[in-house]
Amino acid sequence: MSTNPQPDQPLDQYRRGFLKKLGLVGGAAAATTLPAVGHPAWGGSTLGDAVGDFFQSHYKRMDPEEIEAALGRIERRAKKRLGVEIQVANTPPIPGVVFGYAINISKCQGYRRCVTACVEENNQGRDSQVQYIRVLQMDKGGMNLETSEHYYAPETVPVDGKFYLPVQCQQCDDPPCVKACPVQATWMEPDGIVVIDYNWCIGCRYCMAACPYWARHFNWSEPQIPAEALNPVTHYLGNRPRPRGVVEKCTFCIQRTRLGRQPACQEACPTGARVFGNLLDPDSEIRYVLENKTVFRLKEDLGTEPKFWYYTDV
Amino acid sequence: MFKRMLERKPGGVVDFMLSAVGRLSRGGWLYWLWLVLLLGVMGNGGFHYLDQLRHGLMITGLSDQISWGFYIANFAFLVGIAASAVLLVIPAYIFHRQEVKDVVLLGEAVAVAAVITAMTFVMVDLGRPERFWHMIPGIGEFNFPVSLLSWDVLVLTGYLLLNLLIPFYILYCHFQGREPSFRVYFPWVLLAMFWAISIHTVTAFLFSANPARPFWHTALLGPRFIASAFVSGPALMIAALQIIRAVTRYPVSQKVMHMLALIMTIALQISLFFVIAELFTDFYNEGSHSASSRYLFFGLDGHAALRPWVWCALGLNLLAVLILMINPLRENMFFLNLACLLAFVGIWIEKGMALVVPGFIPTPLGEVADYVPTSAELMISGGIWAMGLLVFTLLAKMAIPIELAQRDRPAEAVAGAAATT
Ligand code: SF4
Ligand code: SF4
Repeated sequence: MSTNPQPDQPLDQYRRGFLKKLGLVGGAAAATTLPAVGHPAWGGSTLGDAVGDFFQSHYKRMDPEEIEAALGRIERRAKKRLGVEIQVANTPPIPGVVFGYAINISKCQGYRRCVTACVEENNQGRDSQVQYIRVLQMDKGGMNLETSEHYYAPETVPVDGKFYLPVQCQQCDDPPCVKACPVQATWMEPDGIVVIDYNWCIGCRYCMAACPYWARHFNWSEPQIPAEALNPVTHYLGNRPRPRGVVEKCTFCIQRTRLGRQPACQEACPTGARVFGNLLDPDSEIRYVLENKTVFRLKEDLGTEPKFWYYTDV
Repeated sequence: MFKRMLERKPGGVVDFMLSAVGRLSRGGWLYWLWLVLLLGVMGNGGFHYLDQLRHGLMITGLSDQISWGFYIANFAFLVGIAASAVLLVIPAYIFHRQEVKDVVLLGEAVAVAAVITAMTFVMVDLGRPERFWHMIPGIGEFNFPVSLLSWDVLVLTGYLLLNLLIPFYILYCHFQGREPSFRVYFPWVLLAMFWAISIHTVTAFLFSANPARPFWHTALLGPRFIASAFVSGPALMIAALQIIRAVTRYPVSQKVMHMLALIMTIALQISLFFVIAELFTDFYNEGSHSASSRYLFFGLDGHAALRPWVWCALGLNLLAVLILMINPLRENMFFLNLACLLAFVGIWIEKGMALVVPGFIPTPLGEVADYVPTSAELMISGGIWAMGLLVFTLLAKMAIPIELAQRDRPAEAVAGAAATT
């Protein structure tokens, strides 16, 4: 979380030549003093930051000092690119907490307020229109995902004869995406959240092929967010600005939930269909739902053990 | 000792390498024209790849829905070529058939070129190629043995090294005018044979490991990969050997052609049988597992980008198998070449695009979309194929004169050299 300004002035001239060369191998271009060429890979990095990024180690291998430096680099880059002061936290998991989520599909009306709240909270690229939550408009009388409507746009919801099924990362307890990753850029944290080190991911997209819930999204280009829309309260493993060429997904709003808050989608839902909490706390609402409602999980037959349930009122 | 090896003395390793590389600069106008052509296509691909580096993979037709496409399709196909090119090794070294031994080095050159090409296709598919080092064991975080992709990296690298080492040893011996010691290289040859099967099996497992993708998640995928590889590999070898026979005086026996054609015939029959087995299972009782096949063969929800291609592939393969099954036609070089061309293209479609892309359609949430490669993707891929051809050309260019020189040596000289070493 350090915001030590680096003395990058003397490097400025040097940077032009260096970054131009880098443009050939890594695609880095525009810095503040350079006219923007295409989409910069590292935004307005200084030479030191670009080198620091390149040699940055795996999240779990970094010592506290290295993590501090990594957080500082992200903060400096946001400042340079967008002029926004952001804080990149590295809040650790809370001991004795494993998060779980349940959605009451009798209550869900298909408003998709969770979808927009998620985009605003988690700094998804606005041009690329990445959304972590997909609300499916389903035909009543069945559970067939293949006949679901993804881009429903009627005058008003809910539509007669339909029900709504919001799907996002199910935070599998035996996540196939984690198995797939050749470089361990994605893993499950002790609080059950499957996270991605955006600085370690090589962008092979094997995890996207492995995920049975279509929860993972790739940054096909540099994500663009207007400065005023950027959420400055971020977490390294969560909603901090992502580079191009890496995979991202829902993290149960790690930047909020590790501070004891609710995820943005839960807060945004006007119907109260979403229940989020600590699975290890016998008095939590989520535990109440699991013990008193008839719940089901999506594609349970695949053995992914989602920590994400659905239930109905009847 | 090491220093002595590096001194350039006649017959030393350095001398060997220098003279091999030196041969690259000697060639007729046809050779140079060919090189210029390949370099041109590569340059064009490289230029478009720079564009991809600058803008990201958005210049491809890929999307979150269909996140692998033409690059990975070519990768899967090329691993098959690499695996089967070495299959020549079996008759050559196990059954000691001299006419096959003559061309076995060329098979290994094809394998090397195909592995390098396949790996390059994976590299250009990466979103962050500069983080490649994250995969290197030791300095990176290699997710071995859990990730199938890490297995693939490992077996492909090992295969590449094996296929460089064996020819290096054999050529080096021939360069020195002696026969390579069978006891030295045979264990490695044996290893390379099993390794060849493993690279293609692992690549098939890479796909079939995903229950999220019912289209790939079938035990038949591995056998299908192997069967089709034994079609495309020999098809390519038959073409390559004829070209070598035409432009050099390297001895390529007609018997080898017949052997390859026979392997191809059987493999193509098996391969087509597997297709029928899959089609039956998918369509007799059509469930959600068949949605991808329905998309592929008939189209789904108005999307059918691959339909013409897959039918075309089936037609090509059927025609090829008909030609191959009729003995007089198979033994006629014109028809054999035609069958090779048909089967090569047929398998390229079937084990490429028609395998990779439908796995993503519909998405696990039931969304249907099409994928069509962009011209940039095609140009980059063209450049990579040209690079593969270049690698093969240069390897053959280095190896053939050494082999011819060995052949021209009187037998006593060879025996004498063997006695002194
Ligand atoms: S839903 Fe997909 S991305 Fe999320 S943990 Fe499971 S496999 Fe991984
Ligand atoms: S895209 Fe990134 S997170 Fe996904 S498997 Fe590849 S390296 Fe791992």
